[in-house]
Amino acid sequence: MLNRYPLWKYLLLLFFTVIGIVYSIPNLYAPDAAIQVSGDSSAKVIDAPVLTKMEAALKEANIEAFGGEVTAKTAMLRIKNAEQQMLARKVVQKALGDGYVVALNSASTTPAWLQSIGAAPLKLGLDLAGGVHFLLEVDTASAVAKRQEINADDMKDKLRKSKMRYASIVAQKDNQIIGRFRSAEARDAAISALRGDFPTLLFATPESQTAGEFLFTADFSEAGVREIEDYALSQNLVTLRNRVNELGVSEPMVQRQGRNRIIVQLAGIQDPAEAKRVIGKTANLEFRLGASPDTLVSNKEEFPYKDELMQMQRGNAALERQVIVTGDRVSNATSSFDPESNQPQVNITLDSLGGTHMHRVTRNNVGRQMGILFIEYKTRTQTVKNAEGHDVEKMTQYVERKVISLATIQSALGVQFRITGLDSPAEASELALLLRAGALAAPMHFVEERTIGPSLGAENIKNGVDATLWGFGLVVLFMLVSYRMFGVFANIALGVNLLLMITMLSMFGATLTLPGIAGIVLTIGMAVDANVLIHSRIREEIKNGASPQQAIYAGYERAFVTILDANLTTLIVGIILFAIGTGPIKGFAVTLIVGIITTLYASVTCSRALANLVYGRRKNLQKISI
Amino acid sequence: MTKEPRIIDFMGMRHYTSALSIIFVIISLGALAINGLKLGLDFTGGTQFELLFDKPADLNQVRTVLEEAELTSPVAVLFGSEQEVMIRTQDQMKVKAQEKLGIQVAALGAGAAFEAVERPAREMEGFADALVLANASAESLQQKNVFPADEYGRVEYQTREGKTVVLVENSIDSVYLQRLIADIEQATGSDIQLRSSEFVGPQIGDELRDQGGLGILVAFALVFLYVAVQFQWKFSVGAIIGLIHDVIVTVGFFAIFQWDFDLTVLAAILALIGYSINDTIVVYDRIRENFRVLRKMHPHEVINISITQTLGRTIMTSMSVFIVLFCLYFIAGETLQGFALALIIGIVAGTYSSVYVCSNITAALGITKEDLMPKPKEAEGAEGNEAP
Repeated sequence: MLNRYPLWKYLLLLFFTVIGIVYSIPNLYAPDAAIQVSGDSSAKVIDAPVLTKMEAALKEANIEAFGGEVTAKTAMLRIKNAEQQMLARKVVQKALGDGYVVALNSASTTPAWLQSIGAAPLKLGLDLAGGVHFLLEVDTASAVAKRQEINADDMKDKLRKSKMRYASIVAQKDNQIIGRFRSAEARDAAISALRGDFPTLLFATPESQTAGEFLFTADFSEAGVREIEDYALSQNLVTLRNRVNELGVSEPMVQRQGRNRIIVQLAGIQDPAEAKRVIGKTANLEFRLGASPDTLVSNKEEFPYKDELMQMQRGNAALERQVIVTGDRVSNATSSFDPESNQPQVNITLDSLGGTHMHRVTRNNVGRQMGILFIEYKTRTQTVKNAEGHDVEKMTQYVERKVISLATIQSALGVQFRITGLDSPAEASELALLLRAGALAAPMHFVEERTIGPSLGAENIKNGVDATLWGFGLVVLFMLVSYRMFGVFANIALGVNLLLMITMLSMFGATLTLPGIAGIVLTIGMAVDANVLIHSRIREEIKNGASPQQAIYAGYERAFVTILDANLTTLIVGIILFAIGTGPIKGFAVTLIVGIITTLYASVTCSRALANLVYGRRKNLQKISI
Repeated sequence: MTKEPRIIDFMGMRHYTSALSIIFVIISLGALAINGLKLGLDFTGGTQFELLFDKPADLNQVRTVLEEAELTSPVAVLFGSEQEVMIRTQDQMKVKAQEKLGIQVAALGAGAAFEAVERPAREMEGFADALVLANASAESLQQKNVFPADEYGRVEYQTREGKTVVLVENSIDSVYLQRLIADIEQATGSDIQLRSSEFVGPQIGDELRDQGGLGILVAFALVFLYVAVQFQWKFSVGAIIGLIHDVIVTVGFFAIFQWDFDLTVLAAILALIGYSINDTIVVYDRIRENFRVLRKMHPHEVINISITQTLGRTIMTSMSVFIVLFCLYFIAGETLQGFALALIIGIVAGTYSSVYVCSNITAALGITKEDLMPKPKEAEGAEGNEAP
């Protein structure tokens, strides 16, 4: 028979549909509003007593809460009435006091068996969930300029040390270093001496305008500029991630975008001013000598280690009070391997003033220890009573100083030195990351800021879902009226299509936005195109005198080439949209691409399976309903 | 295959339909040249916020307030309901706030001047802005209450190199926006809730424009290539001209009616390219098939037959897409209306061009059955050389 599918094909289709249903179920469970408590350092123990305290505080404030949960580092409590979420947060923060970060969260209500197979609801974008969105631009141009100035200083340093004569070496405004020499020999010798040390610079020897003067120029290679940009970005990303955690947002997004931008998205935050104040501030570093046994008590200060494990093993570290250099003088820190011993190490570069200070202090203190402190300026919110007896929130700032490295000085240090004796490459890169975060960062500024209120988000969801349902319903009606029985096949296929789209988006962890919903609605309209093509073909074949069975067969076979051709071109456009798009365009592109893939499967295979199931077995089929 | 009982003579009308297309394209280009596009916030940069009034808002009063504040090209429109108002200006609140502070500080006399806004030092975290003022003592500022605590939050005064540095807890742009809203509240006598606010820096817009333009060009190039490989270059030329026609006419409508052209509309234009080519390819597919079957016929007849055969499908698909687009337009809310509108217009243009423009041009380029015969590989190479 023409129109028969083997049993395994039906089973496979059924299997896909069941998978689709199972993985899209979580979307039916609306999440509960919840508050989540975590410690402000990982040393803080979050255990059952904390939860009890939370519950008691909420009970006192007449806020109904349920479903308390304690995991390794957090405690979560669900709030019955979502409108009380903000209030609950304040109450709990007040009850627990300092040292705890209380965040708004939404707790999944997906049944455990679904969670255990990895099924999760769609993530909602900010336009649907409400929150703030920032786009920050890192001023990489100033980072490049600064680096070039440091390079010029370094060059002078190098030439002086190797006793080579030069007239001047200056970094120009256009980021070009110009070196002036009295003879061509001196210049060429200088270039060959410097080239190895500055692999990212391109040296050239243009003719000088003035007689008796010989020049070289050094420009950044494209790769060199990229390297500095990457460095500046990663530096700011680290600090931003640290800072954002302070805001008490459950799932903050801090992401690089393009060459010099960073996206920060904070769901649930309603006050962009506060968020702006907290993020975008940098950390600092202090290099200090370790206290020796004969250091005066008045000149000693104790600090905890940033690493919890170290803190447990060694306890506080004692350092001298005087600061050798601060993070402002650190121009670079990278992790690498010692070429001789192959051990991990961190290379630190200071600017010339920092190098001078470092040298002066360390040359007399070889054998002693030097500690590096990581300093963060943090804010905590406290509730205090004001003059009239009302509770007001007061923000207090405090400084947190923690030791990130304590190492023995093995020789007099200068502009460049390294820290060795690290246990693993991971530790080295972690240390380099912290050093970079504390070094003077390239400035950032806000280039985009969006705030979406929670009520607007809820309204957007409602509108989006309504439009989807109406669109789906009307298209189903339209197909039913136009194609009767085959319309039913197409409609079931359309339902499967929609289901699989949601499943795929949920499984990939895609974020659903309003334009993404538009993509879904548009796909509903375009998906039936494949069925329309097939049905017109079948009608045509019948008109040309084919038997119904042959017509069905030919319809599906011959329409498929067209469907494939047409959808592939749309797919090309979808991929372009995804590649160039940001924000709303990307969200739309994702659903468009997923929609095309599910359409190719559902509209062709599913509807054909149904047609085969209904008509395929009838040997004397005279008439079909199309 | 027997012939369809009635073949519509699409090719016979080609002179009229071409003229119609050309007229539409010229009108669109004219509107683009004269009116230009009313670009949305994403492209121009600036500030946009949505306010929720507790009673129907009087837009005229809102506009008066905005004009008094001397905002650049302010727009105030109802957004969704009578109580929701969307306000947009190409100004950055920070710059406006500085201007205003400049005037306030200068009013103190004695050469007082507002010099700069800086980021507070690391230790002064918790303050949003550091304002540098010349010739203005902390006392005079406090006396005149230039920085009232109920607006700026905590305020701290410092001196640095003979200048006064004022640290404020609430950033000056947020204070400016709050004042503007308060002014509107006073003018309209209603209670206002700020529902959303957006600020886009001027540098973003240029990039988006470049990216969008680039995206459209890359889409054209890839579609050209795909059609050339799957069909033949004469089809590619027809398809691309059809696409350019659709895009120009759609964008033209936005220029004529001065609808907002924002990022979602750009996405719609790109989606339109995908839809329109889809339509065209279905027609081309049939032409290719019929050229192989109906060998003795004139190309114009083959094209007529093919378009007639696919016409039912073209109408059905356009209908179903229209259904969902109207759902989006009427139900999905203000944000997606531009998107839906662009696609509605685009699909009318796209359907028209698939029927009347694309095949028309392919025929004008002298398509013959030899072009589409299943050919050996070397013939394909020769074909490529013929291409201009």
